[in-house]
Parts: sequence; C-alpha cells; structure tokens
Amino acid sequence: MLLTVNGQDQHGAPRPGQCLRTFLRNLGWFGVKKGCDAGDCGACTVHLDGKPVHSCLVPAFRVEGHEVTTIEGLGDTDGLHPMQQAFVDAQGFQCGFCTAGMVMTAACLNQAQRRDLPAALKGNLCRCTGYRAIQDAIEGLRHREEAPSGKTIGRNIAAPAGPGIVTGQARYTMDVAIDRLTHMKILRSPHAAARIQRIDASETLKIPGVLAVLTHHDAPAKLFSTGRHEHATDDPDDTRVLDSVVRFVGQRVAAVVAESEAAAEAGRDRLEVDYEILPAVFDPEDAMRPGAPVIHDKPAAARIADPQRNIVAELHGEIGSVDAGFMDADVVHEATYMTQRVQHAALETHGSIGWRDSEGRLVLRTSSQVPFLTREALAALYDLPRDSVRVFSERVGGGFGGKQEMLTEDLVALAVLKTGRPVKLELTREEQFSATTTRHPMRVSVKVGAKSDGRLTAIAMLILSNTGAYGNHGPGVMFHGAGESLGLYRCPNKRVDGHAVYTNTVPSGAFRGYGLSQTNFAVETALDEIARRLDMDPFAFRRRNVVRPGDPMVSYDESPHDVEYGSYGLDQCLDKVEAALADKARPDLGPDWLTGRGMAVGMIDTVPPRGHFADCRIRLGRDGLYDLTVGTAEFGNGTTTVHCQIAAAVLGTSVERIRIRQSDTAHGGHDTGAYGSTGTVIAGAATENAARALAKSLSAFATRHMGRDNAALAEDHMMVDGKRVDLAELAQSAEDAGLPLEAMGHANGTPRSVAFNVQGFEIAVHRRYGTLRILRSIHAADAGTVMNPMQCRGQIEGGVAQAIGAALYEEMRIDADGKVINPVFRGYHIPAFADVPHTEVYFAATHDSVGPLGAKSMSESPYNPVAAALGNAIRDATGIRLLETPFSADRLHRALASQAP
Amino acid sequence: MDLNTVTAVTRPRSRSELDSFVEGDAWLAGGTWLFSEPQPDVRRLIDLSDLGWEPIEVTQAGLSIASTCTIATLEGFDPPKAWRAGSLIGQCCHAFLASFKIWNMATIGGNLCCALPAGPMISLCVALDGTCVIWGPNRAERRLAVLDFVIAPQQHALGRGELLRAIELPRAAFDRRAAFRQISLTPLGRSAALLIGTLGADGAFDLTVTAATRRPIQLDFGALPDPRSLQQRLQADIPLSLYYDDVHGAPDWRRHMTFEFAEEIRSELACF
Repeated sequence: MLLTVNGQDQHGAPRPGQCLRTFLRNLGWFGVKKGCDAGDCGACTVHLDGKPVHSCLVPAFRVEGHEVTTIEGLGDTDGLHPMQQAFVDAQGFQCGFCTAGMVMTAACLNQAQRRDLPAALKGNLCRCTGYRAIQDAIEGLRHREEAPSGKTIGRNIAAPAGPGIVTGQARYTMDVAIDRLTHMKILRSPHAAARIQRIDASETLKIPGVLAVLTHHDAPAKLFSTGRHEHATDDPDDTRVLDSVVRFVGQRVAAVVAESEAAAEAGRDRLEVDYEILPAVFDPEDAMRPGAPVIHDKPAAARIADPQRNIVAELHGEIGSVDAGFMDADVVHEATYMTQRVQHAALETHGSIGWRDSEGRLVLRTSSQVPFLTREALAALYDLPRDSVRVFSERVGGGFGGKQEMLTEDLVALAVLKTGRPVKLELTREEQFSATTTRHPMRVSVKVGAKSDGRLTAIAMLILSNTGAYGNHGPGVMFHGAGESLGLYRCPNKRVDGHAVYTNTVPSGAFRGYGLSQTNFAVETALDEIARRLDMDPFAFRRRNVVRPGDPMVSYDESPHDVEYGSYGLDQCLDKVEAALADKARPDLGPDWLTGRGMAVGMIDTVPPRGHFADCRIRLGRDGLYDLTVGTAEFGNGTTTVHCQIAAAVLGTSVERIRIRQSDTAHGGHDTGAYGSTGTVIAGAATENAARALAKSLSAFATRHMGRDNAALAEDHMMVDGKRVDLAELAQSAEDAGLPLEAMGHANGTPRSVAFNVQGFEIAVHRRYGTLRILRSIHAADAGTVMNPMQCRGQIEGGVAQAIGAALYEEMRIDADGKVINPVFRGYHIPAFADVPHTEVYFAATHDSVGPLGAKSMSESPYNPVAAALGNAIRDATGIRLLETPFSADRLHRALASQAP
Repeated sequence: MDLNTVTAVTRPRSRSELDSFVEGDAWLAGGTWLFSEPQPDVRRLIDLSDLGWEPIEVTQAGLSIASTCTIATLEGFDPPKAWRAGSLIGQCCHAFLASFKIWNMATIGGNLCCALPAGPMISLCVALDGTCVIWGPNRAERRLAVLDFVIAPQQHALGRGELLRAIELPRAAFDRRAAFRQISLTPLGRSAALLIGTLGADGAFDLTVTAATRRPIQLDFGALPDPRSLQQRLQADIPLSLYYDDVHGAPDWRRHMTFEFAEEIRSELACF
C-alpha cells in the first residue's frame, strides 16, 4: 500500500493486525515511541490527516492513501516547529521519552484546549516533570539562558539533547535498525510458586522463524542478583537467568528467539510446561512464621540472613536506651504505618539489544542506570573477560531506580551467545508491571517519646520490608530506610529493628528514595502526632529536635562514618516553607470543604555509602573543542548539562564547546552508576577534577610552547603573557609533539554530605465525597550550590509529583494467587496533568564543602517527605490520622464516615 | 499494539458481506479497545468503517447514531436549542477517561460493546431511553433497550454474528430536563459513579445509575420523590452486590456517592 509520511510517499505492506506505531517504526520513524502500547500514555501520538491519534491503536492497513506526520516531520526543513522550539526554550522535558507525543499533541491544541490543559493533556503521561515545565512550554515561557564563558554555574543552561529530543532524533535504546535482528519473547510463570518439571518446545520449534528456545537447561547454574551495586556482595545471590523453580507470577520460564516478534510470540504460546505447584506465601509476616514455605533454600554463600524464615536481611541496633527514654518521656505515641507497592513507571520500558561486534565482543545496548556494573555482572555470569563485554546506554527513557537492575541483559546475552545473532528484548508495559521491580512495601511501627517541652527522649522503629520473590536491594533499602529518617533527629535513645522478607510476589527493588520514602512517612507522621499532643507547632517541634552542625548524625549505630555537614540549610528550608504557608490566609471553600496544612522534613546522605566511583576524561580536540567522556548515564536527571557546565566553568569556556560522550564501558574507566543521586556529586566531581587537571596541563604546555608564563584560559583561546593562542592551534601543536592534551578525573564518593528537603501542603477534603484537593504545594530544598536552577527545580517538581501519585493514587494490587491485577496505566494511575498542583520551589543558600563546586544531590530526596506532609495536612483538616497510603477518596470517605457521630 | 494472532482483515462495503462472521472474527470499529490489549482469540478483523453509515441522523423520531460514529463527531454535534437534555451529550463525552485524541477514533458502538461500567456512552444512551438496532445474519434485525444491552462488565447482549448497527434516541427524551453528576478517584479519571436524572413535563423522574454499578440501572418515579423515598428506593432496588468493585473505587464509596448524587440530582431538578 501507499501512504504519505512526513510528505514522502512510502510503500509498505502492513500485517493484518499490525498497528500504525510499529509500522512507522519499521519504516525508520523512530520518533514514534512506545510507552504503553495500549493507548494510555500518548508517547506514540502522530497526526493522521492532520488529527492527533495514538498510533498504537490505529490499524496500520487503514492508513492506505492517508497522510501521516510524525515528530520528525513536524518542523519544516529549515527549523523547528514553534511548539518544538517552545519545548526547548522552557525545557519542557527531562528524560524526553514522552516529549515527541507531548509536542505532537500540543501542536494541535486550539485556543479553548490551551485554556484547559488538564483536559487537553489527559492522553499524555509524563513521569519526570510534574507537568509545570510542559505547561510553561505550551504557554510560551522561556527559561533557558546563555552564559558568558566560564560563568556557567548557577545558570539555566539548556540540556544539550534538547533539539534532538523535540525533533525525535534522540536515540533511545530501541531506536536503531540492526541487520539480521532477532526478537525475544518470554514465557512467564502463571504460578506464584512451582517447580518446572518439563518444558516441551517441539511445537514451538516447528513454527517458521523460531530460532531457539532457552530454558533453565541452557542457563548458567550460577546465582547472582539482578540488583546492581559497586559491591556485588551487597545483594544476595538468589537468582538464576532461568530457574527450574519459579517464585512469583510473572517470573521467566523460557525464552523464544525468532526472526520476528510475531513468530516469537507464537512460539511462546505453544510451549508446553508441566509445573509442580508449590505452596506460596504472600504476606511478609506469614512468611517469617515457622512452617511457612521456604522460598529460597540456599546455602550460606547466597548471603541470605535466615533462609528458613525467609529473612533476606535483618537489622538490630540501639544507641542509648530507648526503654529509659520512654520512661523519661511525658508523652509517648506509637503506631504502625503502611506503604503500598508502587512502581517506577518510567515511560521507556526495560529492554536491550545484544550482538557480537566485529572483534567478537559481546555488546549490549541497554536501558540502564548502571552499564558498568552490568558489564561486571555479565562477565562474571558467563565467565568472559571483562574486556570482551561492552555495555552502553545511549539515552535512557526514565529510571527512578528501576534500571539499577539487570533485568534483560542477562537473558539477551545468553541468546546472543547461543544463536550468534543480534537479539532484541523489549518488555511490554504489562511485563514491566508484573515482572520487573517495585518499591518495597513496608510496615513500619514507630514509637516516639518526648518531654512536655517538645524534646525527644526516645524513638524506636520496627521495619518489616517485603522484598518479594528475590532479594535484589532488599538489604540496602532496609538499611538506608533505617538511616537518615532517624539520623535527622537529635535524640539520645534510638533503636531500630528490621527484617527484609521474601514473599512469592513480584520482586521489590531500588526505587527513588531507596527506603526513605517509606520510613519517612512513618517517622514524620508520628512526630506530627506527638507535636499535636504537645500542642506544638510542627515547625517549632522540628526546630527543637533536628540535628544541627556539630550534632552526631546517628540512627541505630554509633560506629564511625564518613558523613559530615559539608553544608547545612535545613534551618532555611524550614523558614521558607513556614513563611510561604503563612503568606496567604487559609481559604474558605464553603461548608463542604475541610481545609488544613501539613509539613514534613527529609534528610538524605548525598552519596551512597562505602564507595561510589567515577572516572572522567577530558581532551582538547584538534578543532579546539573539548571532548568530555563520562561514565554516568543520562535518563532525564540532567547531569549531561551539569557536566558541561562544570567543565566549561573550570576551563573558562561556554557549554557549546564541550562535546560529551557518556555511559559506555568501551570508553574505559569505571563508573559505579547513576543511582543514589550521584550524577552530579560523584561523576560531577570527577569531571571537575579532570577539567582542573586539563587546565593545568594546558597552561603548562602553553607556557612551555611559548616560553612564557601567566597563561589564562578563555572561550576558545589562551592568553599567555598578553598574547592570544587559539586552542585549536595549541591542540594541534601538542598532538604533533606527541603530547595530546588530555586529563583524567576521579571521584571516590567519600567523604559524604547531607541534603535536606521540607515539604508543605495546604489541602481541602470534601466532607461528603472524600475527595482531596491540593490547594498549595511548597517545597524547600537544600541542594548546596544549585548548578542549574531550571533543572534542579524540575527534579524537585517531578519528585513531588511522583510522590503525590504514590500518596494519593498509585497502588499495585495483587490478587489471592499472587498475580498483579492492574498491570496497565488504565488500572495503575500515575499522575496526569490534572492531578498535579504547581509546587512552589525554594532553595536554601548554601555552598557545600564536599560536593563539586558546592553542589549536593537533589534527585531522589524531594520524593521522601511528600506522603507524610499530605497525611499531616489531612489530619489538620479532618482530625483523621491515616496510617496507610494511598489516601484515596474511597479510603478517606470511609475514615470520615467512621468518624461521624 | 500489534495483534499478531490476527491473520486476515476484510473490509466489507455492503451488508451482505457481513454474513460471513465465524468464530475468531471480531468487528472492528474504532479499534481503540481491540488494539489496546492482546486478543489471543481473534484471527480476523472485519472492518466496519467502509460501510458508509451516516454517523448522526436527526429524524422526526429523534436522533439516530451509527455505531461507528466517533466520539469526536458526536461531541461536535450541536443539538437544537429546544432539546433540553442535549447538554448530556457533551457532558458524557467529557466523562471519558480517554482524551480528545481517542475521541477521533473511538466509537459509540465500541463503547457500548465494551460494556464497562464506566462507559459514558452507556450512561448517555440509557438516560435518554436509547434503543439498540441490532443486525444479524441474513438481514435479521432486532431492537433492544440499551439498558438491557449491557448485561455485566464486558458482557453485552449480542449473539454470534450479530452487530450493533445504531442507537436510536427518541425525540421525547430530549425534551426532559436533565441533571448530571460524575466522580472518579482522580480529578479527571475513570468514572466511579455517573448518575443522570431526567424530569419530564409530566413530572415523571428517571434516575440512571452507571459506573457505580456492574450494569446500568434505571429507576423510574412517577413524580419527583422526597429525599427519604429516593433513598429507600435506591436501597431496595440496588443490592450491595451490584456495586462494582475494582481499582477505580471501592464499592462502599461508589454506593455512598450514588446516594449523594441521587439526592443532589433530585434537589437540582426540584428547583425548576
């Protein structure tokens, strides 16, 4: 059939059930993204005869003779469409994966729709931004700015990828055409616990195009963890690539590799498997009871704390004596708080493409926050020398911790090794929900004692963390959750007991906040209650009890650590939120609405403990531009921009003169990964070190070259004793002399500092309906030197929005058989435009002595205090103390009804 | 998404070509549901879009809407001013969870055939006393009230080889005054309760309850009841088991909202 795409006549023969999305991508229009493949997210929006449609729902055969415009064809040949330019100017994106669809939709809106963006953008989901930046783009606001040479810090420098993102040219993991590519589909377990007795692939192998079936017989016997850390021993080795025992509904049973996705699917559906059903356990308390099914009967080498009780890790620590502290208290409060299972829901699902390159290396192109650690894991798993494995990420479509795992690369590598062919595995949205990872659901009991003047005398916390069927990040999340949530408070007596427990449910994993969002909800809610009992204002109560520089930052253990007060802006954050809330009178919305205010505080170490490493390299090219190589990955965190800013600041130039390459093990060096909010503070420090070293070499070379002193770097040249030398000339002479101008920088993640967040809300609850409206959202952050206010504000707004989703709407539900019942966006509601208020963002004025150029981390932490602040506001408005998230309208109504006289 | 189990498509241009429906076939209208999830049992799509059915016809009898009429077309229809209940069309279109982009493809018939509790076209057509025109093989045709067409979540009254041709809304239904209420767990989310009340010149009051319940319910009253009778009737006619339970709202809340909205509608219509 013939159709027109972006003005070009194109021929194609769609399959009968093919949708327009994959048809266009097969023609090479990779700007058409797959977020959900079910019509919910809008990432695949194109124009069909001028009208916006979701191309994943359009039968491809119907476009015969019609005109299609994709993001690649929106602008004219000379430049960007005004809406594309607007998204660059306001930086209306972070990871950029939703942007093509967002721009295609926004470009069609009429005046009435532009005035009602909550309705007009119902069909476009963004997980990163919290939508404010998108609104600013549509309204034509410009935030990006230029900066003079060397003055790049603290400026709203635009992300270098911006033009590529808004035109659909930026390449995400799946946006490549590879010769002889094969496709993988996975058969997943329908049972929560079973032993595989037999897999019959004979019918599958008869299907034309099926190349291989992989089962546990093909997989290495080695155990590993999908969770990736600098120290592989941080996580228990409890996972096989393909196992003969399945432990949750959705676990891999077998993989089919075929010439097409359709053949792979057909092959998957014809596999015959006999299962011996095993007893399953879904509740972590039940799982710890004697007699519960043992989920991982594994030896000590697996590093499972107590396999017979399903305990993957436990924690018991006390400082002072909490018993004495409670005796001494005038008021004691105790309650148990529950946080539900939520998911990252990055718009780009997990996926990777593997092949053998011309040198025989195993290459994985993947959507990962941790390409270097994945390389280590693959080399270990398949007994390959590390130099014979290359892992890289080009641009990643959102992460939020979900991609600090090896969830596709291991299986793709196995398939490449078996078939010798390039292999692609792209998870569906349903697989993403039912078979990747989630936040750890936790039950956290907190007991707090205080004197009548508000001074804390004791805090005890009991954590029960549900790590699901595998222990990836189970220990780390529990330990981290137990840390800063209590370390924030000056209190002589603290105790923490915790268990991370296996159950036969989808595995939990790393998630924004890494355990702190769950414990923060418990601690900050309990403290709000204590403050109320004492009739103290919550801000005053915090000021009385939070740590100040000089105070030890301890939680359950007083052993020496490397966290210091590199800076301290919590006092400013408290003042700013309090003042902003007090700035406006409480509104009166009429008799149906109960209004209230609430706040909560969060503290986070700026770097994960025990070493987080980054190597960066910078070189002056023959054209006089700098080539910067960093290991850390870009997934919307904005670190690429910040690296360019840091290098430009140190080298006295502009960001346009910094060319950056990133996240590829082939570039050499090591990078622990883009997790724990380290993209700026660790990798950025390495970039700073590299740039400083290069600046020194440049001066040294210039002075030697010219025979004079006093060299000073400028935009594209050096001034040496008043004489101008072009950098290009300098680079050429250096190279000709066999002395390329190149420098390395390294950072090791110690010592570490602390960052702070304070969230305030004003809300209204409908007395009869139970619905909640957020009237004001106010957030103050202590991020040290704010490298790029536009981007940092975006991180905060996005974190608050994602946390509002978890506090009010999102919940993965699991049925009595262990199956996730809402594995689609229609059933798992992530915030849409209409759901997110504008958050007023304030920054403390601090300069950190530890972080690069005074900066601190700020990508995970804004998430953490949101649930408690909302719950505290609900308490203020209604008198109801909700102990479990999400605070959905049906639950709120139930609580209101039970309170009624 | 790609429906890889589908191996054939037909694009009939006349009614006689519709008779070949067999097991494994699916009628394709907008495609917004069919293409939104795997359809392992579907082998062939029969595309209804080339049959040339007039989307909307205004007749003496009222409004006839082709099942293939898109939501966008219906939303763009400007009913005559005298049709008091005409405002329900826009209100129900805007009650979709899906955005205006989906309205460009999704159809009225598709919404009825999905038979989801939250289907806003079901709410509209039940409240306006709609009748389904159903075509069967060999030029068979039957009519069924929309109220009876939707049996349970994702279950409708079509037999094998039957298709929904049109929905007819009687002119008289538009003469009634209408009041509309809708709520969801999220500001513009999927409806957890959608109630419509209509009041005739003769004083008769009909209350249509959708989204909150597993299937649409219509309660007819000879005259506007007092608050107490209304509550008693809701209590008597809608058993607890009929309130829908899924991720879009707990049944106790749906029930509560049904009672709240019923009373709001009653008192709104009482003010005329």
